[in-house]
Amino acid sequence: MSVPLVELDNLTVRFHGERTVHAVNGVSFTLKAGETLGILGESGSGKSVTLKTLLRLLPENRTEIGGGVRVDGADILKLEGRALADHRGGTASMIFQDPMLALDPVYTIGEQIAEAVIRHEGVSSAEGMARALDMLTRVRIPSPERRLKAYPHEMSGGMRQRAMIALALACRPKLLLADEPTTALDATVQIQILLLLRDLQREFGMGMIFVTHDIGVAVEVSDRVAVMYAGEIVETGSVRDLIRDPRHPYTKGLLAANLHGAVKGARLHAIPGAPPALAEAPKACSFAPRCPVKVSGCDINRPPSVALGEARQVRCVLAAPAPGA
Amino acid sequence: MSAPLLSVSGLTKHFPLKGGLFGRSTGTVRAVDGITFDVAEGETLGIVGESGCGKSTTARLLVDLITPDSGSIRLGGKEIGPDLSVRDLRRQVQMVFQDSYASLNPRLTMEDAISFGPMVGGMVGHKAVALARDLLARVGLDPARFAGRYPHELSGGQRQRVNIARALAFSPKIVVLDEAVSALDKSVEAQVLNLLADLKAELGLTYIFISHDLNVVRYMSDRVMVMYLGQVAEIGPVEALYSAPAHPYSRALLAAMPSMDPDRRTMEAPLAGDPPNPINPPPGCRFHTRCRLADTVCSGTDPGLYVMPEAGHLAACHIHIPGSGHRDAKSRAGVTA
Repeated sequence: MSVPLVELDNLTVRFHGERTVHAVNGVSFTLKAGETLGILGESGSGKSVTLKTLLRLLPENRTEIGGGVRVDGADILKLEGRALADHRGGTASMIFQDPMLALDPVYTIGEQIAEAVIRHEGVSSAEGMARALDMLTRVRIPSPERRLKAYPHEMSGGMRQRAMIALALACRPKLLLADEPTTALDATVQIQILLLLRDLQREFGMGMIFVTHDIGVAVEVSDRVAVMYAGEIVETGSVRDLIRDPRHPYTKGLLAANLHGAVKGARLHAIPGAPPALAEAPKACSFAPRCPVKVSGCDINRPPSVALGEARQVRCVLAAPAPGA
Repeated sequence: MSAPLLSVSGLTKHFPLKGGLFGRSTGTVRAVDGITFDVAEGETLGIVGESGCGKSTTARLLVDLITPDSGSIRLGGKEIGPDLSVRDLRRQVQMVFQDSYASLNPRLTMEDAISFGPMVGGMVGHKAVALARDLLARVGLDPARFAGRYPHELSGGQRQRVNIARALAFSPKIVVLDEAVSALDKSVEAQVLNLLADLKAELGLTYIFISHDLNVVRYMSDRVMVMYLGQVAEIGPVEALYSAPAHPYSRALLAAMPSMDPDRRTMEAPLAGDPPNPINPPPGCRFHTRCRLADTVCSGTDPGLYVMPEAGHLAACHIHIPGSGHRDAKSRAGVTA
């Protein structure tokens, strides 16, 4: 098998400031070229931090990153200066939740896309503009010639999201990082953007990592899903396995809380309590204080990551096959 | 059927747009445009729709945070204004907002935040404090631990519990929940939904539950109202509406929910483009610009709400109105009638 597009090996991220936050605590996964991994988790689970590490977007002076991060063969944590700038937007590119913050308000959409193409590919500004037009057409913005000259504030929310996708994909990145790009959109627009991303990903053959808190969204776009809790991946598997047969108690709780097919009048199986504050690195299972099926060892030792078949891992002592079985 | 607890008729709110030369009006946002609905005592009415459809404006009109341009609101048979003062209305209809942090005064402890309203209403200090502590316990926050805390010392889920407690301080009949659980994480949202269900059963409350999450609305509501550009597109019993939506917009909205089945992913977006602007809504049926079934009659005539065969189910679509002039009107009406 060839080298994976993305290889995270025991990634840890700590933020130092007024207080230390252990945001990511030993995350490992690989992503093949052309594959889509959905990262599912609640706020504070470390999903966005993991994603930003892949572009080195975290503030350098108060972030401590450990472990290994490789994208397309390059060691991301060692990149400096021009090489890092080449990586951002060239090899890997990112789309965000709020396009109004991601786009520059004083340049037209066309200028912004052309600038990225000129910087990364060294083409003329006419060629850059031609690429911008091509990209706006590909993301199916109506009357793209006119939109090329539009400023971000002149477009609707869904249109801006399309423009941001056009910008991110203008230099044909091998990896697209999507950080909740549809969360702020209405449902009818969200599904349009999800279908667009699915099509473009297939067309360009990119790898994609899609961070979301919405299980339905993860199901629509992902091949595999990783569920994060308190800075760790608690369960990973194909989207089919994970939805039909969740093994980690947190995944089970999350699926029940989605209310899909919940019986009216019946009580919801809510997970009690709240996620931990992550002031220190986890020594035991982070989910143990909220877990309905906790056993005696859960507060003492970190559970092992149990492999269940190919590409299926669960970080729970109960997932291990019974000894002697 | 007994008289409804809340009865809204022809409620309208237009916001003038300023910004032309010398601040002259440049247009009107028709945020809520003549909506009519009833809410029975003890039921939960869900309101769904895209941003800009007027759900939040409707919520604000119900507690008179903004004053309607026209139309009437009747609570227990009494009309707001002539028969019932705004002060009395707000004792009986309380609201919980989406942003739990912005809803609380950062300088008040939780106990003070909850007892503030009753004290302004004339309750003696120690009684109001006792009430606040009782309400904190009722929403699952131990008064000994939480009464003296400030908003920034609580998590989002805990703050929203305090907001619910505060809304209950006047023993209201109706609680308007405007995206009250939308900002919470899924696992915490489920806890708050359980709490809302418990409180409703214990206190005999009536809810108006506004959300963009159709799964949550289905779980919580008895009836659902679908709004589009300031008007009611469809209103009816939740299961009837979810299983057989009559309005093409309701159908599209339901179809836009992400699939939960990896083998049956959504292959085609049910609607193209963004919701149109409520500043200059299209004439006729407001949905006709995005509707796949639109006919010539749709762009000229506003269908109005039409009573469907099933009790309490109304939809504003020409297809269901016999003789409306829509090409599919007769055949479809014949099948359903």
